[in-house]
Amino acid sequence: MLRFLFRRSAQGALIVWIVATTAFVLLHLAPGDPVRASLDSPLVPESVRAYWVGRLGLDRPLPEQYVRYLAAAARGDLGFSFPHRRGVGAVLADAIPNTLLLMGVALALSFAIGIAVGVFQARRHRSAFDRGIAVGSLVFYSMPDFWLALMMLLVFAYALRLFPVSGMHDAVMYPYLGPWARLADLARHLVLPAVTLTLLGAPAVARYQRAAMLDVGRADFVRTARAKGVGERRIAHRHVLRNALLPVITLLGLALPALLGGSVFVEKIFSWPGMGTLTVNAIATRDYPLLTAALIVASVMMVVGSLVADLLYALADPRVRIT
Amino acid sequence: MLWAAWLVAGALAVALSGMLARAGRSAARDDPGWRGVVARLHDDRVALLAVRAIIVLGVLALLAPWLAPYSPVGQPDIVALKNLPPSLAHPFGTDFASRDVLSRVLYGARVSLAVAVLAIALAVTLGTAWGATAGYYGGRLDEAMMRLIDAALSVPRILVLIAVLVLWGGVPLPVLVLLLGFTGWFGVSRVVRGQVLALREQEMVLAARALGARDREIIRRHILPNVLSPVIVAATLGIANLIIVEAGLSYLGIGVRPPTPSWGNMIQDGAEMLSSAWWVSFFPGLAVVLTVMAFNLAGDGLRDAAAPHQVDG
Repeated sequence: MLRFLFRRSAQGALIVWIVATTAFVLLHLAPGDPVRASLDSPLVPESVRAYWVGRLGLDRPLPEQYVRYLAAAARGDLGFSFPHRRGVGAVLADAIPNTLLLMGVALALSFAIGIAVGVFQARRHRSAFDRGIAVGSLVFYSMPDFWLALMMLLVFAYALRLFPVSGMHDAVMYPYLGPWARLADLARHLVLPAVTLTLLGAPAVARYQRAAMLDVGRADFVRTARAKGVGERRIAHRHVLRNALLPVITLLGLALPALLGGSVFVEKIFSWPGMGTLTVNAIATRDYPLLTAALIVASVMMVVGSLVADLLYALADPRVRIT
Repeated sequence: MLWAAWLVAGALAVALSGMLARAGRSAARDDPGWRGVVARLHDDRVALLAVRAIIVLGVLALLAPWLAPYSPVGQPDIVALKNLPPSLAHPFGTDFASRDVLSRVLYGARVSLAVAVLAIALAVTLGTAWGATAGYYGGRLDEAMMRLIDAALSVPRILVLIAVLVLWGGVPLPVLVLLLGFTGWFGVSRVVRGQVLALREQEMVLAARALGARDREIIRRHILPNVLSPVIVAATLGIANLIIVEAGLSYLGIGVRPPTPSWGNMIQDGAEMLSSAWWVSFFPGLAVVLTVMAFNLAGDGLRDAAAPHQVDG
């Protein structure tokens, strides 16, 4: 167990190092430098530029810059964001809780609904219900997330005026609201982005869950249980469902990075002030340190996600031994 | 003139689709080769419909210059003809620069499909070469090659693409295709490697080796033809994915650059005035959904047809 954790952490560190190095190489291969991009105005005197080049160590030889960059990243110092006029770490710290809230709600809904629908589909396998849901999930599965977000906005915010168009809070009223009213306001703003993400996430979960249920349903131990005279309900819950949840755990691990990384498109379209919006804005302002940081955070989360998935898998399935 | 072009397009789609149907009817279902796959695909109504949709799409994209009623980039009157709702003259309306949305969707099909197909061709080639080498030689080489794939797969692809495209800013189309291809082959190599690993142990390979065939020959003559069907499945599903990725990048303004119409940048064109001119974003998005759905369904169908012994609900 300890050995497993150690080996996987080492592998994870290796991957994060590869990503960080890739980011460094890309930044230095790219035309222009960060200072040129962010201080690109005739009003900025050359001396200011030179000051920042010296201050950021951009005049040092590349290997030295690389070592400094890695050392800083390892200390958690992700650099300075010019457009935000703050450290990248502080900018991220503001955005991450918002993303965590939105993605947490969306992932919980996606998995709860996806698993339930998949189980029902498998039970009424090949019925009209199963087929109808299968077509429906395929439609959402094939949809670009940003387009669905736009269409949700169009229908529920512009046409029906049921939900606010953007942001996390009411721009005018929020400071005057009491604590409960603030919570209600937040919930109202949360509905559209969370539902959009759920519509995109649940179909994938349902597809997995349905296939796993059908797979396990053909297993020998299910036939044995049936032969022993175990009731269908009990078979479905005790024997099939428990085993069929295993592949979904892997899916959960794959979904974990999104918890911090957020959804680039959905957040931006609903102006949700999280990591995704931050990333898109960093594109527009050519905020290199912030983009690099987003990349590193995402890769760390990916490593953690797959590790958590493997651990959960072993916890849920006693047949799997971690060595 | 326009009507004639649409008639020709319809006839072409029907003819191609008929050829497919005839190939399916005449072949035996238990043929182990590709004829059997086509025959079994022919029994799958949904998959067949999806393949027909892809044929129609291909014809529309191919003949776009003759089918489009207007120029995709022409701006006839940016005051009077701006943001017109769908009508007989402009079935999908016009956008903020008075361009005809239908014409742009048709031309956009060319760009979006070409980018996806070329990128997947590159990805499949790289992935097959890598996976076949690793799987065939096995041992330490395989171990090392597959660890690299693991590492590559744990890098968030969309963020890397965004970072590269932002840093270089405004890459030409061929470079975009290369980028998408070079970041998209890792999954394919895994599939191929697994397949080759299993094939390597089969008697026909042993027989070929006993007859004195060299490694290259064995890979080319015996291994690769047998990994063809999983690769085609992966490619079909990969196109679906690439169309969405390309649309996303173009939506952000860093993929296919305006004024070249791509479905993604057209959705972006309409995003700013969604409440007043919904059609500008709606129709290109609908095109993406239908196309991606067709490729997903065709991929699922091909998978079932290629592995008939695997029963799935």
